Amino acid sequence: MTTHYLILSGLLFAIGAMGVLIRRNAIVVFMCVELMLNACNLAFVTFARQNGNLEGQIIAFFVMVVAAAEVVVGLAIIVTIFRTRRSASVDDANLLKY
Amino acid sequence: MESPVEIVQHTTGGMIGASWLMIAFPLLGAAILLVLGRMTNRWGHLLGVAMSLASFVVAVLAFLELIGLPAEQRRQAVHLYEFIPGMVDMGLLVDPLSISFCLLITGVGSLIHIYSIGYMSHDPDRRRFFSYLNLFVSAMLLLVLADNYVGLFIGWEGVGLASYLLIGFWYFKPSAAVAAKKAFVVNRVGDLGLLVGMFVIITTFHTLTFSDLGKAIAANPPSGGAVTAIGLLLLLGACGKSAQLPLQSWLLDAMEGPTPVSALIHAATMVTAGVYLVVRSGAFFFPEGSPQALAVAIVGAATLLAGAIIGTAKDDIKKGLAGSTMSQIGYMMLGAAFGPVGYTFAIGHLITHGFFKADLFLGAGSVMHGMNDEVDMRKYGGLRKAMPITFATFFIGYLAIIGFPMLSGYFTKDGIIETAIEHNQVLGWLAVLGAGVTGFYMSRMVFMTFFGQKRWADDAHPHESPLVMTVPLMVLSLGALVLGAYLVLSNRLYEFLTPAVGAAEEAPHFAFTSVPGLATLALVAIGAAFAWYKYGRAEVPSVQPRGSFLTTFARRDLYGDALNESLFMRPGQWLTRIAVYFDNRGVDGLVNGLAAGIGGSSGRLRRLQTGFARTYALSILFGAALLAGALLLVGNI
Repeated sequence: MTTHYLILSGLLFAIGAMGVLIRRNAIVVFMCVELMLNACNLAFVTFARQNGNLEGQIIAFFVMVVAAAEVVVGLAIIVTIFRTRRSASVDDANLLKY
Repeated sequence: MESPVEIVQHTTGGMIGASWLMIAFPLLGAAILLVLGRMTNRWGHLLGVAMSLASFVVAVLAFLELIGLPAEQRRQAVHLYEFIPGMVDMGLLVDPLSISFCLLITGVGSLIHIYSIGYMSHDPDRRRFFSYLNLFVSAMLLLVLADNYVGLFIGWEGVGLASYLLIGFWYFKPSAAVAAKKAFVVNRVGDLGLLVGMFVIITTFHTLTFSDLGKAIAANPPSGGAVTAIGLLLLLGACGKSAQLPLQSWLLDAMEGPTPVSALIHAATMVTAGVYLVVRSGAFFFPEGSPQALAVAIVGAATLLAGAIIGTAKDDIKKGLAGSTMSQIGYMMLGAAFGPVGYTFAIGHLITHGFFKADLFLGAGSVMHGMNDEVDMRKYGGLRKAMPITFATFFIGYLAIIGFPMLSGYFTKDGIIETAIEHNQVLGWLAVLGAGVTGFYMSRMVFMTFFGQKRWADDAHPHESPLVMTVPLMVLSLGALVLGAYLVLSNRLYEFLTPAVGAAEEAPHFAFTSVPGLATLALVAIGAAFAWYKYGRAEVPSVQPRGSFLTTFARRDLYGDALNESLFMRPGQWLTRIAVYFDNRGVDGLVNGLAAGIGGSSGRLRRLQTGFARTYALSILFGAALLAGALLLVGNI
């Protein structure tokens, strides 16, 4: 019944995670993070449905709120980095290290 | 033997009650000269002399008051203040023994002060010299006047400090600085003995005051073991201060100080402290025939021979005299081992020695003063015409020390020898032999210095010293002439000291024609004749000849320094090296290794921070996977 939803959720999460790990463009990495968050949302909603209560759906709303806030802050950071360094590659922003 | 120590009269009045002034005057002098510093440069030496003389006047007045009292009241205690509550009251004990020392210290000390005005007149630091001299006299007076071991110990340490300052007076000379340090360190060994001895006394008898100690012993006679231990510990202390074997090594190096210091250390103060300690403690801790008294006698006999042998080979006039001091103090120690009669002659010899040895040292200083501070006797020769007064006074001192009949040393040294032979044949005859060696080395010194060919350096213009130096010499040689006869004949000193040190079963009787006395005279004559043959008649080479094995042995102070080096210094250095090695490799290795290990591993761990966001993301992913896997594994889902 709900297995397909969960498989879809897992696939989306894996795609998101892979994107975060291998893509260089900050915007794409950012979108992949969003993809992972939404995969989680899907899993939450699926489990809410499966268990017959609303808690998973409530948490999904919370995740959306947090994701919206994150987008605001994250995009602002990316734009600022792009303005100063003329690049949106996450590999170029590697000054904070050993 | 009647124990004398219980009868003590308490007094607060009179000159005896004010005897603390004796200590206070020179102490005040030292304080003024040290605190005001250069401001007192112009008149500092006069203040020093005045303080010493004031002390002498107090001593004479107290002495006159004391002999005005009947004999059984001649132990006067002066309470000063409570020092350690319930344990030690600081007080002074004015009795025939301490007043004899006071007269010697302040009398001879004042003469040395006066002499120093002339001797140190060219030294820019003369004021500092006088402040130390005053400190020395003050500490020595506290040592002999204190009525308890704590006060004695304070004076004892004060004397050690003052001797350190004076031996190292010319601190810019490395040899003087080293000699001062050596004297200080060797004295610490002796001080340890005295200190531990005091600890044993207080645990055994619960008092450190001389008069209470007498009562405690009379009420509750202690076991022999404790008394032997105390006696041997006090003897160690006495050995350190009096430069007796095995703690003699500092005395010869102490010649690095100015000559008046040598006179003060060797004649009136410092080295006599050990004899004083033994005589003062004699009635308590050195009963006749006890093992510790025998130890005192053996130490004395060994030192008197060792000192005399060292004296035979020295070309440095002051070192020769230093060897002679060791030897003469050895005689006093030998005498101090044999009860009241021995004490009398030991103190008698101490007093006469104070005069003739100060005379000899100051005479040597006068010679050096005229010879551009040359000390090598091989560069002297024929000085008797150039310095007639110095020669005459030195010659009287010389006759007194070798025991020429009717001079001071004759009476007191002979008394010690006869007492020693009466109690212990072997040690007594060793002392006779020592007297013969004394005759040799002192004659050698006189012949090399005042007789024979002139062997002066080219720029030497010997001249007689000023009156401020020769008048003390004359006074001292007068004492060397007559004092022995005055003290010993008709038993004046014996009867005077009896209230303090106890009476013997039989009063001493001075015999002019006893076998040991005649043997001593014969040996002294042989020694002097041999010295004439070697150094008077024959020409003295002005460069030191190589000499036989025995000469080297004596020249090198009987290898005493080498012995100390191999027995104590080297093992000490090894111990230090081992400790340093352990510290560097062990302790430091552990600490540094730990720090280096942590530093190195954190350096490597740091490399994990690559700065690439995806590395962190990957590690988060792995962490999450690990957590999920672990949860699956324990089956909690």
